[in-house]
Amino acid sequence: MRPSAEPPTAPDLYDLAVIGAGCAGLSGAVTASELGLSVALLDASPQIGGQFFRHPAPATGAARPEALHHDWSLFTGLRRRLEASAVDLLGGHHVWSVVREGGLWAVHAVTGADGGEERAVRVRARAVLLATGAYERQLPFPGWTLPGVVGAGGAQAMLKSGLVLPGRRVVVAGSGPLLLAVAASLAAAGARVPAVIEASGYLGYARHPYALAANPHKLTEAAVHGGALLRHRVRLRTRTAVTEVHGTDRVEAVTVSRLDRDWRLVPGSGRRIACDALAVGHGLAPQIDLATTLGCATRTTPDRTTALVLDTSQETSVRDLWAAGEPGGVGGARLADVEGELAGLAIAARLRGHPARRGRVRELERRRDRMRAFADAMAAAHAPGTGWPQWLADDTEVCRCEEVTTQSVRAAVTDLGARDARTVKLFTRAGMGWCQGRMCGAAVTCLAAQHGSAEALAEPAPERRPFAVPVPLRALGSLDDPAPAPQTVTTD
Amino acid sequence: MPTRTSSDVIVIGAGVVGAACAYYAARAGLTVTVVDRGPVAGGTTGAGEGNLLLSDKEPGPELSLALASAELWRELAHLLPPQIEYEPKGGLVVASGEAGMAALRGFAAGQESAGVRVKEVPADRLHDLEPHLAPGLAGGYHYPQDAQVMPALAAAHLLRAGGDRIRLRLGEEVTELLTGEGGEVRGVRTASGTRLHAPYVVNAAGTWGGRIARLAGAELPVLPRRGFVLVTEPLPRVVRHKVYAADYVADVASDSAALQTSAVVEGTAAGPVLIGASRERVGFDRTLSTEALRRLAAQAVALFPVLGTVRALRTYAGFRPYLPDHLPAIGPDPRVPGLLHACGHEGAGVGLAPVTGLIVAVCVTGGQLPLDIAPFAPGRFAAKG
Ligand SMILES: Cc1cc2nc3c(=O)[nH]c(=O)nc-3n(C[C@H](O)[C@H](O)[C@H](O)COP(=O)(O)OP(=O)(O)OC[C@H]3O[C@@H](n4cnc5c(N)ncnc54)[C@H](O)[C@@H]3O)c2cc1C
Ligand SMILES: Cc1cc2nc3c(=O)[nH]c(=O)nc-3n(C[C@H](O)[C@H](O)[C@H](O)COP(=O)(O)OP(=O)(O)OC[C@H]3O[C@@H](n4cnc5c(N)ncnc54)[C@H](O)[C@@H]3O)c2cc1C
Repeated sequence: MRPSAEPPTAPDLYDLAVIGAGCAGLSGAVTASELGLSVALLDASPQIGGQFFRHPAPATGAARPEALHHDWSLFTGLRRRLEASAVDLLGGHHVWSVVREGGLWAVHAVTGADGGEERAVRVRARAVLLATGAYERQLPFPGWTLPGVVGAGGAQAMLKSGLVLPGRRVVVAGSGPLLLAVAASLAAAGARVPAVIEASGYLGYARHPYALAANPHKLTEAAVHGGALLRHRVRLRTRTAVTEVHGTDRVEAVTVSRLDRDWRLVPGSGRRIACDALAVGHGLAPQIDLATTLGCATRTTPDRTTALVLDTSQETSVRDLWAAGEPGGVGGARLADVEGELAGLAIAARLRGHPARRGRVRELERRRDRMRAFADAMAAAHAPGTGWPQWLADDTEVCRCEEVTTQSVRAAVTDLGARDARTVKLFTRAGMGWCQGRMCGAAVTCLAAQHGSAEALAEPAPERRPFAVPVPLRALGSLDDPAPAPQTVTTD
Repeated sequence: MPTRTSSDVIVIGAGVVGAACAYYAARAGLTVTVVDRGPVAGGTTGAGEGNLLLSDKEPGPELSLALASAELWRELAHLLPPQIEYEPKGGLVVASGEAGMAALRGFAAGQESAGVRVKEVPADRLHDLEPHLAPGLAGGYHYPQDAQVMPALAAAHLLRAGGDRIRLRLGEEVTELLTGEGGEVRGVRTASGTRLHAPYVVNAAGTWGGRIARLAGAELPVLPRRGFVLVTEPLPRVVRHKVYAADYVADVASDSAALQTSAVVEGTAAGPVLIGASRERVGFDRTLSTEALRRLAAQAVALFPVLGTVRALRTYAGFRPYLPDHLPAIGPDPRVPGLLHACGHEGAGVGLAPVTGLIVAVCVTGGQLPLDIAPFAPGRFAAKG
């Protein structure tokens, strides 16, 4: 491995640029490199491991990061192979765009965010593997902006990287199997977790006995049996939701209500639970901005997130652009590892004419398909019910960055003629702030559809976010000309 | 009141131009049905900026339109709710060198005699107007009549202000024009098969206006011209006016000389600075052009060095509707009685929307036109002979 400290030695053209150094990206990068490809591996973080294998920076001197992780050996295996490889690791590279330039890919990144002046970097490659993972989906509810309310995945990440607890008595709420992992980690780190409040019923899993029986993953066992939680005396309460947060300066308690199948409140079922923090999340959504800007085909997953359409070799609908891990649909670290390897093998086969190792490929495809089937079953079980907007009060903020309330989103649809999230955004600014709608997009899309027309309920077009991350103007303005500039560009 | 399927006028397109047509028609007492295949402002109106500029226009028919429209926007600012974010902030055009300043002086003199208010700003006074402007500029011109509006909200509130006289049909695409015995317009048919009836149909379909004309068997060569806009993180006011550079480019190869302008940099009420916009003729291609973005960013930083470390949060692209002579088509189609056009406003459709709407309303009801509309005649592209 060549660390990022030596950019001058980096060639200006690679066979493969991998974006994201989580399980999927690591696996794809080392596989391709071991087959003789020149590989650049870029990640926004200075550390490898992604979301799942997030670990304390060496300086914090934490003794056993593996204590918080299942599958730590999966990570150490990938790390060992990376260290032995010729992969150029470009840490601290925030990729803002991938564009086609003269038959090659140009991966545009900015570096040096902390401290120094940010610099624009362009990495050119024959093939690109997108392994950008996922982000947590949030649905608003009254009180969710109060200090002490944190993202469930974010709480997990804080715990893993800095070993900080969001509170001493933490209610975990929302939907999805991640909640169980989060509750278990919080409890293991010493927090009291009075309850896990899950909006769906988990019954969906039972309908997929094959997928379940064929999937050995620890998390799935926990998901179905709650074994890990029992050990910490954490109660899992299904078909319930936090519908109100109490407290003036920070969280003091939450109201938990029962839900029907469509996630509508059961009147009079509210109960208060005292706590000093709430960790909440409604599943993960694929991080695919770089791909949608390139026009890659997408699909709607069973839990209504947007994921990339991929062929059996993990290639997107755009030639020479592959994806592995969460961008193809959220499925966990092991699936990410398998998909990364499949992509690495396919890219080597394409670029080097390597005879694909049929036996290995078939085995990986089998494992992938099995895990995908299970992921889809889980996603179906945790799909948000249509009744959740009923939890909202008129003054509940839907977009926190721009402080846009439920009432103004609804008015944009009923009074101003918005029919989709894009026009709601134009009329209200919901989704125009720092997070660019990653936080409120799901909710706004749903509110626009509820009040809009029937066809607005059909699949919304994926959000266009040409900048995957913010770009300083000086870095943008200093991009050198790759090829003779098109003379047609002028400004008015 | 319009009935479910008949009204005095049908407007195709709920962009800012269609909204203004509907508004002025309703104000003249007509009932209007506005049909759009998408939401309000889902076309170019929702993908551009809201500069209402006189400063960038040379004397001629477009400047006359813009002057009349600027007056109407001032009036609308009092009639429509504050959410349209009308802000008469003024424009500042700067020149980097003496040659540029001399050219700008000549340009501004022409505008002044056409009725535009202009004021020369010497180099040492530029920073009174814009404290963060780069040092070393040769001077500039202040245009107090330049203003801005939030285009999507302006469109939505124009439609609302029409009250019961305006009926909106969103999510319905016009696929056919209904005509009578004599070829006169009778209404439209939409994709769902619904027939809507009216003696007048207004083509306010923007960049797609050529297709609507074709439905009527008329030719109107509206083409797309792509533009990118950069949007920064929210900032306290660092840019007070609409600021852009004008530099004289003497093209030695030919004997033509053109005033080339750079990106307009402006602060918005909500905080972000907008930098726009590029101009490219590439059809309806959405592919991100890093070259276009590079130029916008570089030009903005050259004007305001403090923006160097500011981040662009997003960028978006839109397709300006342009006609070969860069003037809009406004008024009755001589070939199809009852069909009126109001499209092809290129990079100035927000600014020119009110006057366009007023002209269309007058064409339907009769009366005094605000100016000579011959230069905008929709029939001007018909093959001669
Ligand atoms: C907040 C959060 C917490 C999670 N916690 C758990 C958990 O506790 N247990 C569990 O089983 N699963 C958890 N997951 C799911 C976990 O992400 C996946 O199971 C697994 O990490 C998938 O691996 P991956 O390689 O696809 O993506 P990731 O591990 O997410 O890796 C993606 C990498 O891409 C990088 N990246 C993304 N965009 C860019 C860009 N534009 N430029 C440069 N780099 C970029 C990121 O920095 C990241 O390192 C969590 C997910 C999230 C989002
Ligand atoms: C980047 C950029 C920056 C700009 N900056 C400015 C500026 O600062 N100031 C300024 O004045 N102008 C600016 N413009 C130009 C301005 O945006 C346009 O001139 C203006 O929005 C055109 O409005 P419109 O109503 O004609 O078209 P649109 O807003 O495109 O409306 C046309 C409508 O017709 C509908 N439609 C089309 N076909 C059909 C059909 N068959 N059936 C039903 N409906 C149909 C469409 O859905 C659309 O909503 C800019 C443009 C761009 C791209």
